[in-house]
Amino acid sequence: MEVNVVCTFCGSVCDDGLFDVEKFRSKRLCKLGSSKFSKKERIKSPMIDGKEVSYEEAIAKAAEILVNAKRPLLYGWASTVNEAIRLGIILTEKVRGVYDQCASVCHAPSILAVIEEGLPAGTLGCIKNRADVVVFWGCNPMEAHPRHGMRYSISAKGLLVKDRKARKVIVVDVRETRTARQADMFVQVKPGYDYLVFSALRAIIAGNADVVPDEVGGVSKDKLIELAETMKNAKYGAVFYGLGLTQSRGRDRNVENAIKLIQLLNRYTRWVILPMRGHYNVTGAGEVPAWECGYQYAIDFSRGYPRFYPNEFSAVEVLKRGDCDAALIIASDPVAHFPKEAVKKLKEIPVIQIDPFPNMTTLVANVVIPSAIYGLEAEGTAYRMDVIPIRVKKVIDTEYWSDEKILEELIKKVDELMG
Amino acid sequence: MVDVVLITGRTLDQGATVEEKLTEEYFKAVSYIELSEEDFKALGLQEGDRVKVKTDFGEVVVFAKKANLPKGLAFIPMGPYANQVVDPSTDGTGMPQFKGVKAVVEKTDEAVRSVKELLEAI
Repeated sequence: MEVNVVCTFCGSVCDDGLFDVEKFRSKRLCKLGSSKFSKKERIKSPMIDGKEVSYEEAIAKAAEILVNAKRPLLYGWASTVNEAIRLGIILTEKVRGVYDQCASVCHAPSILAVIEEGLPAGTLGCIKNRADVVVFWGCNPMEAHPRHGMRYSISAKGLLVKDRKARKVIVVDVRETRTARQADMFVQVKPGYDYLVFSALRAIIAGNADVVPDEVGGVSKDKLIELAETMKNAKYGAVFYGLGLTQSRGRDRNVENAIKLIQLLNRYTRWVILPMRGHYNVTGAGEVPAWECGYQYAIDFSRGYPRFYPNEFSAVEVLKRGDCDAALIIASDPVAHFPKEAVKKLKEIPVIQIDPFPNMTTLVANVVIPSAIYGLEAEGTAYRMDVIPIRVKKVIDTEYWSDEKILEELIKKVDELMG
Repeated sequence: MVDVVLITGRTLDQGATVEEKLTEEYFKAVSYIELSEEDFKALGLQEGDRVKVKTDFGEVVVFAKKANLPKGLAFIPMGPYANQVVDPSTDGTGMPQFKGVKAVVEKTDEAVRSVKELLEAI
């Protein structure tokens, strides 16, 4: 039997997948999506210190750790649904911990830039139908969001922009990526010089080309003028940007300058800008706390009310400083993805893990609670990268509990212990 | 020995194996460095040779691969190997500097550690 599935790998959240339940095989999805919907090794049972236990025992132990901690870190949330994230905020407030999410090592600088500048954005549907110029800046969707180009931004067939020929695709990057090979124009920037290139483009578009030197960040002035003219002459342009801006020198300031360029272009024509979000619901991991308590990441509840300060409350900073005495890690793997200075602290403190798959965090976790896979074994709501909510489906049955159920039971236990 | 600017990031193989971190496939997908042809030659490397990557923040042994990169630019897929050498400072944003870290690359006979061995050594 073939059923429709909504993919829960990357931020594109493709909603046109097919899944053969008997053969356990997906169709139409990319390499990343197919891996999501394939058989893999799972965490077999809840565990305490490597010993198999029941869900109830593991949750009781997890509650005990969280309640006894002075300031636990509750981190992850990018590969789970909004319903679970909402419970995560409630739990963090109860145990007076720190809530942080995967954007912290991904698009957190974008959040800071948006606080300063706002985000002139559009939906992927709008971009597919209207964008005659698309710029990929510091992102490589052919490897990170493989169907993005086909569905929305490169070869997509839109209402007004009918095909690939009607769409000009530009890639700005430090290396010639797979996406760059698909582009009509490739602009190679020296690593760490994006900010200067944005400033140069702003100067040219504002009519001050005379102040721009012959070369900026490894890009010739002629090429910059060509890029600026192409952007200014677009009917509807879209910039998609990635971690090339947020993880390199300048971080949030790079994104701020990119948004300022888009604001300027909107004086002449229509332009939008969107971050390429990585995990399928990393957008929700920021949106849900924003509607629950006003902030998107690095939120401390130790005083009983939410405070936002990334320099102090982001997971990497908390761990590097040794400012937490326990951690709950859900739907992510910081042991694989944090710098080693931060991982060191995770090896020293009690760690609770909630995840469908064994990963490097499993190796340091004291309490391991396996969970169902959203989009396959459990349903819920996720925000696509353009903040459009999409319902992800349950297509097969499982014995595993969903994150939502695990967190509901955990909150009950925490309430019991706290009285 | 060559000086490079190191960047890290997603690849298709890293993404496709990210939910199977304790497997050989994931190990293969994240334990290498891509170097430009010039730098690869300068180090006298053959495909599959091992190199030691050193930064101000740590060092790691990985396999070497030739790639279409400008001279002086190097790439390691995101993950535990890259994270031995990235800059953990966040400049107040919470975000470590995963891209644009100065590194020195040299040929080595040392073995590439498994992900478990890497974790034990931290």
